[in-house]
Amino acid sequence: MNTPAESAVATPAPAPARGGERARRMTELAFRVRELGIVLALGLLILVTGILEPRFVGAGSLRNLALNASIIAILAVGQTLVILTRNIDISVGSILGLAAFMAGTLLSNNPDLPVPLVIVLGMALGGACGMLNGVLVTYGRVPALVVTLGTLYIFRGIAFLWTDGRQVNAETLPDRFLNLGTNSIVGIPILVLFAFVVVLVVGQCLRDLRAGREFYAIGSNPEAARLAGVRSDRRVNTAFVVSGALAGLGGVLFTARFGTVDATAGTGYELTVVAAAVVGGVAVFGGSGSVYGAALGALLLGSITSALIVLRVDAFWQMAAIGGLLLLAIAIDRFVGLRLEAALRQRSSRRAG
Amino acid sequence: MPAEAVIERSDRPAGAARARELLGRWEVLVAALFLLTCVVGQSLSSEFLTAESFTTASLDLSEVALMALALALVVVAAEIDLSVASVLALSSAVMAELWNAGLPLELIMPICIAVGALCGAFNGFLVTRLGLPSLAVTIGTLALFRGLAFVVIGDESVTDFPVAWTDRAFGNFAGTPIPNTMILFAILAVAFGVLLHATPFGRSVFAIGANVEAARFSGLRVKRIKMWLFVMSGAVAALAGIVISLRNSTAAANVGQGFELVAVAAVVLGGVSIFGGKGSILGVVLALGLLGAIQKSLTLAEGISSYWVQIVIGTLLIGSVLGPNLVRRAREARGSIPTRRGKWPLRRAATPNAPQQ
Amino acid sequence: MERIRTPWAVIVALLALTLAFAACGDDDEEPTAGGANTTAAADGEIKRGLKFVSMPKQLGNPYEEIEHGGFEAAVKELGGTHELVGPTDASASSQVPLINSVIQKRPDVLGIAGNDPNAVAPALRNAAKRGITVVGFDSDVAADARKIFVNQASSEQIGRDQVKILAEQINEEGEIAILSATANATNQNTWIKFMREELKNYPNMKLVKVAYGDDDDQKSFQETQGLLQAYPNLKGIISPTTVGISAAARYLSSSDKKGDIALTGLGTPNQMRKFVKDGTVTEFALWNPADVGYLAAYAGAALASDLITGKEGEKFKSGKLGEHTVGKNGEVILGPPTRFNKQNIDEFDF
Repeated sequence: MNTPAESAVATPAPAPARGGERARRMTELAFRVRELGIVLALGLLILVTGILEPRFVGAGSLRNLALNASIIAILAVGQTLVILTRNIDISVGSILGLAAFMAGTLLSNNPDLPVPLVIVLGMALGGACGMLNGVLVTYGRVPALVVTLGTLYIFRGIAFLWTDGRQVNAETLPDRFLNLGTNSIVGIPILVLFAFVVVLVVGQCLRDLRAGREFYAIGSNPEAARLAGVRSDRRVNTAFVVSGALAGLGGVLFTARFGTVDATAGTGYELTVVAAAVVGGVAVFGGSGSVYGAALGALLLGSITSALIVLRVDAFWQMAAIGGLLLLAIAIDRFVGLRLEAALRQRSSRRAG
Repeated sequence: MPAEAVIERSDRPAGAARARELLGRWEVLVAALFLLTCVVGQSLSSEFLTAESFTTASLDLSEVALMALALALVVVAAEIDLSVASVLALSSAVMAELWNAGLPLELIMPICIAVGALCGAFNGFLVTRLGLPSLAVTIGTLALFRGLAFVVIGDESVTDFPVAWTDRAFGNFAGTPIPNTMILFAILAVAFGVLLHATPFGRSVFAIGANVEAARFSGLRVKRIKMWLFVMSGAVAALAGIVISLRNSTAAANVGQGFELVAVAAVVLGGVSIFGGKGSILGVVLALGLLGAIQKSLTLAEGISSYWVQIVIGTLLIGSVLGPNLVRRAREARGSIPTRRGKWPLRRAATPNAPQQ
Repeated sequence: MERIRTPWAVIVALLALTLAFAACGDDDEEPTAGGANTTAAADGEIKRGLKFVSMPKQLGNPYEEIEHGGFEAAVKELGGTHELVGPTDASASSQVPLINSVIQKRPDVLGIAGNDPNAVAPALRNAAKRGITVVGFDSDVAADARKIFVNQASSEQIGRDQVKILAEQINEEGEIAILSATANATNQNTWIKFMREELKNYPNMKLVKVAYGDDDDQKSFQETQGLLQAYPNLKGIISPTTVGISAAARYLSSSDKKGDIALTGLGTPNQMRKFVKDGTVTEFALWNPADVGYLAAYAGAALASDLITGKEGEKFKSGKLGEHTVGKNGEVILGPPTRFNKQNIDEFDF
């Protein structure tokens, strides 16, 4: 857990010189290339599957691919923020479960509750869970892996004690809520629109806001970031709160989509979500990656599962394929990262000399 | 995490003695918690302090206990192996497939361990030769190895292992209430304890965990040592796969899901720093005892849902790192211990400016 | 610094250990009598004050909760005490430790829905040695690890009935698929075996794929989508699991194939009511899960009171369900499954 390589990939934001600007452009280019790679892989996957089974590329089918990936993509966006700061959040599946059940119970007990309020409440619950993670990591100085491994158990346990074996069925939920999970606006499913909005908003914030750049700074070089006056604790906290809140949003949408919710909702999601972010080019050691990549990663993972089903590949290969892809992705990133780093170093040494 | 302890550890004897004193205190704490659990457990159910409790609690924890031993070494070297439960499943699946093919168990078992060692070598290769982070690598192989287990055996399970062997895995040692699996665990615990605490190899594992650059400059063959740690972790996980298949008389690909998290919990609870350089096998053994006692006491108590076990273990896991940190904070605030490190608590600060190999 | 010797020794020791493991002896424990605080009862009557424990496949699974609710209701009628003990995930490796703890509590009867027929067997045999009556229900365990297994309906009938229901809906022709639970699920695999048998009677129906939704909403949902794409001529889906059928129904109800593809299987009326009413599903089947648990408790009580021993042909009273007979291999069958459709679905609430 001590590979320093990725840390140098992105440049700390506060670096004032022109060289910093150029380095930043270079890094952004690397992101683009990385995202382009996933898009290409995705295109190739859809193309090959489409040739073998033409129905796979029908409009309805493509819509389904996006629909399947949307909840994971939303969670992966939150995860990206956390990973950027050199942390990890593996409690997201459990937070999703809590929020999903809360949304279900609230709506079946009070069918007149406005849907936006339920969404806000779900995000608030998730945000509170994320806040707990964040405080334990920043104030308590407990490693994120340990904290979220603990809260993975704790949140799930609470969900089970709370549900006590009950289940929320589609029948008891108001239709206007369920429509959120099934309806479309101009041909695009509402769930996918949600994912789009989340990705764009968070993506632009990260890119353009000073606070956003600070996430990269923290992940690239914590010490330098601190010296440059970045309030790391506060940013790390923000990352966890956002990750929790988005998991909460995912939970509400989960209920809307599946209609049936019990305490096991979202079990095991954490691995898929981390995998999506990593496949999407977010470096596990922080400082590099983008939410667009993470969302594309979610789409790619979901599409692989669907493609394997459509191609009638034995279900048993799916898991192995996803594991292999994950390893391939980090290996490629490492390779590209090393190259980029070498280029950057050359540049700075030229400047220095 | 306590960066100062990390540095002291690799220092001269005086520092080492102090570090050992600190470690001693941690293990005493775990032992105290263990005793406390025993008192609470006995008050919850009169069945708690019995030989049968010991037998079943230790039997139930056999596989996790085995895996935690080797994992502890990996974590001391500042790496992590989340693929252990999947290696266990792959070992179980391979065992089933070879048994179906008519091979004798005596031959199958070494093959399974070899497969596990190979899985470990694969992890080790990706981490040491390609320089990939072990967290990401082993999340990937967690899916890959489990997937391969399903590819090997699919939805079938093998249940017709010879009774002589299944009894051995399920039974107790010569009239005592100690399960055979615990004898196996004890032998391995001693072996790993000696390896970590009393050999040059163990010392270099600590050195690597404390400061990988310093270790490299002092001439340690870091890659090779790490490779061995992953190989051992894989081999032990495969051994655990054999044990669980025999103990449950069932070999299947879906066995032991989520065990990796319990094993990591045991290691962290045992006082091994997740950033490496600090920890002891004794601590891990005590933590396993504590986990077993908690599980047993809560499942024996009337009307306590199994979910409480998860909540208690989760809380304990966080608390085991949070507690000492808060104490240190309080002391720092009082000024009795000078703050020796930066504010950044999440990673060891030594690495970012380190040169590349 | 001295050169490090590679730890070959450890690897060799590991290999040697597995063999040394073989040398360890094994002593059978003395069987201990069950510690029942029961009051003496007249001949032919069930003892009062029996202690019951029931163990679902997983806590928090709504279907299992209903079943074990029925178990508890019967225990109340029988004047015993009941405790529900279950694992947090549906795997055999998490059931075994719980069985071991239950043994220490020395109940008179342990009712269990097994996650794997063989993996839990050694622990259950241990329980029997200590005088605990083991009754399997819902999902069977190895026959020598329990005295009686209460089956929802005969596995054969469950399997065959689902094919029959589907055949009625698609006029006995076309491609069909099965959306099952996990690949290792005992129940589903047995039923699917009989479905294949029954399909031999319908030469024009062709089973093209058995998909596994792992009893997970998202996965089942995705598998349903995949089935529709991979098999454009698909006419019908059988999903013999409550999670699978509701996920499939939910997908179909929102797709343009709604009404074109027949869906049947096993589901609870509460879960499926919406889809029966909106026309996605015409008819599906299930037994009353509460009755399964109820019958298991009565069977356990009869065994623990030494009224029956679990041999074929023995009869025992089963409270509101009347009387049941032990069949082959200690199997007791609740009765034929109920079919639910638009006409009758509102009469049920579970």
